[in-house]
Amino acid sequence: MENHFEVIVIGAGAAGLTAGIYLSRAKVNTLILNEGAVGGQMVLTHEIANYPGVDSISGYQLARNMKNQALKFGAKIKSNIKIKSIKPEGEIKSVELTNGEVYTSDALIIATGGRSRTLGVPGEDKFKGMGISYCATCDGDFFQDKKIIVVGGGNSALEEAVALTKYASSVTVVHQFDHFQAFEHYVEEARNNPKINFIMESKIEEFIGDERLTAVKIRNQRTGELTEMEIDGVFVFIGYAPNTEMFKGILELNDYGEIVVDKNMSTSLKGVFAAGDSIAKRFRQVTTAVGDGTVAALSAAEYVNNLKKSKA
Amino acid sequence: MLHTNLTHVLSKDEHSKLLQENENVMICCGRMGPMCIPVYEAMEELENEYPHVKFADMEFDLPDASVIRDLPECRNFAGLPFVVYYKNGKVVKATSSIQTRDQITAILDEHFGKNN
Ligand SMILES: Cc1cc2nc3c(=O)[nH]c(=O)nc-3n(C[C@H](O)[C@H](O)[C@H](O)COP(=O)(O)OP(=O)(O)OC[C@H]3O[C@@H](n4cnc5c(N)ncnc54)[C@H](O)[C@@H]3O)c2cc1C
Repeated sequence: MENHFEVIVIGAGAAGLTAGIYLSRAKVNTLILNEGAVGGQMVLTHEIANYPGVDSISGYQLARNMKNQALKFGAKIKSNIKIKSIKPEGEIKSVELTNGEVYTSDALIIATGGRSRTLGVPGEDKFKGMGISYCATCDGDFFQDKKIIVVGGGNSALEEAVALTKYASSVTVVHQFDHFQAFEHYVEEARNNPKINFIMESKIEEFIGDERLTAVKIRNQRTGELTEMEIDGVFVFIGYAPNTEMFKGILELNDYGEIVVDKNMSTSLKGVFAAGDSIAKRFRQVTTAVGDGTVAALSAAEYVNNLKKSKA
Repeated sequence: MLHTNLTHVLSKDEHSKLLQENENVMICCGRMGPMCIPVYEAMEELENEYPHVKFADMEFDLPDASVIRDLPECRNFAGLPFVVYYKNGKVVKATSSIQTRDQITAILDEHFGKNN
C-alpha cells in the first residue's frame, strides 16, 4: 500500500466512515485507520430506530453499509491496527503503527469516539464474562431468576435495569449520588418496577468470587460504611469516556478530555480536524457523528485543495 | 447461520469432524451481537496470518451448540461469545465475553505458535 495520503482519518465509527465517504467521493485520497472492529459504537447497538430515512436497522448493518459505501468510493480502510504515535504538527502529518508501518498525510481527521467506562476496581477484569457484563441485550438471559446489580444512574443504567427485570429475580441499582442523571420517565419507570431496589450514594469497591462472581463490596459514600452483598451478576453502565488519551499535550482538550473544535471541526492544530463523540459537544448520537464527519471532511478537503493551490 | 466469512459449524457431527481434521481450532460460539461481532472480525483478519489454525463459528442458540455451551471449561461463563481453542481435539483455552485482537493473538501464539 502507498504511504502518503491526502487525508488520514483515525477511527472508523459513524463519524470516521462518513468522513471517508465524503472525502473519497470528492476524489480525495483517503486512508481510514481503526483500532478494533469497523463501526465503533454502532456495532454495540442492537437496533437504531432514530436514523432518519431508515425505519429501524441493526447497528452492525448500518456500520457495514457505511463501510461498503466508503470502500466503493475508493477510501482505504485498515482495521484492527494500533497506533504507536502521531506527529500532527507541521505540514506533513505522520502516524506510526505498532507494527512499524508509517503513514503520512496532508490533513488528519480524528474520529476516535468513546468507550464504556469501567469501574477500575479489583476483580473487574477477572470476572468480565463470568458475572460482570457491559451489555444487557447480550448477556441478560444468563441471569434468569438470578440476583443482579446494575451500576449507574444515567439513562442507559435505568433503561437497562428495567429491561433486565425480564430475566432477573431482583435488580439492585447502585448509584454513587443521591439523585439520578436520567430523564424523569426512566427514573419513574424504574421506581415503579417492584423488582428494582436502589442503593444510593454508594460505590462498588471490589468484586469477589472464586471461579465466578459471587459477591461485591459496597462503600456508602456518606457514612463510609463497607458492606458485602452476595450477587450473581453485575451490569455496568456508568457512561462513556472519549478516546483521546494519545492527543493529550498535542491538541487542546477540555476538562473531560474531549477535543475542542470550532464550527468547521478544526482543532487547535492546522490541518487537524476532529468529529463525533471524541469532540466537546452536548449530544452524542449517530446522526450528530455523521453531521460532524461531514463537516470535518468538507473542511479537510478545502484545506487540502488550498494547500495544493498554494504550492502550484 | 451467522453472517460471518468464517467456517460455520452447524451440528455436533460437523464440530467433531472439524476437530478430527484440524490440529489447531478456534471456535467462536455467539450471536450477531455487540460483544461477538468484534471477535468474528478479528478472527476473519487473523485467518490469513495463522494458516495453521482453523477458525470457525457456531451459533449459540443452535441446540447442537451444547457441545460448546456444556463444556466444563465454560461452566462459569455468563457473557457472549464463548470462544474455545482446541489442540488435537482437546480444549486448551476458553474465554467468555468480548476479546480484543491482541488478546486473541496472545492466546493463539501461546497455544498454537506463531506462523513461521
Ligand atoms: C449501547 C449504545 C447504544 C446506542 N444507541 C444509539 C441509538 O440508538 N441511536 C443513536 O443515534 N446513537 C446511539 N448511540 C450513540 C452512537 O452510537 C454514537 O454517538 C456514535 O456511534 C459515535 O460515533 P463516532 O464515530 O464518533 O465514534 P465511535 O463509534 O466510538 O467510533 C470510533 C472508532 O475509533 C476507533 N478508535 C478509537 N481510538 C483509536 C485510535 N487510537 N486509533 C485508531 N482507532 C481508534 C474505535 O475503535 C472506533 O472504531 C449508542 C451508543 C451505545 C454505546
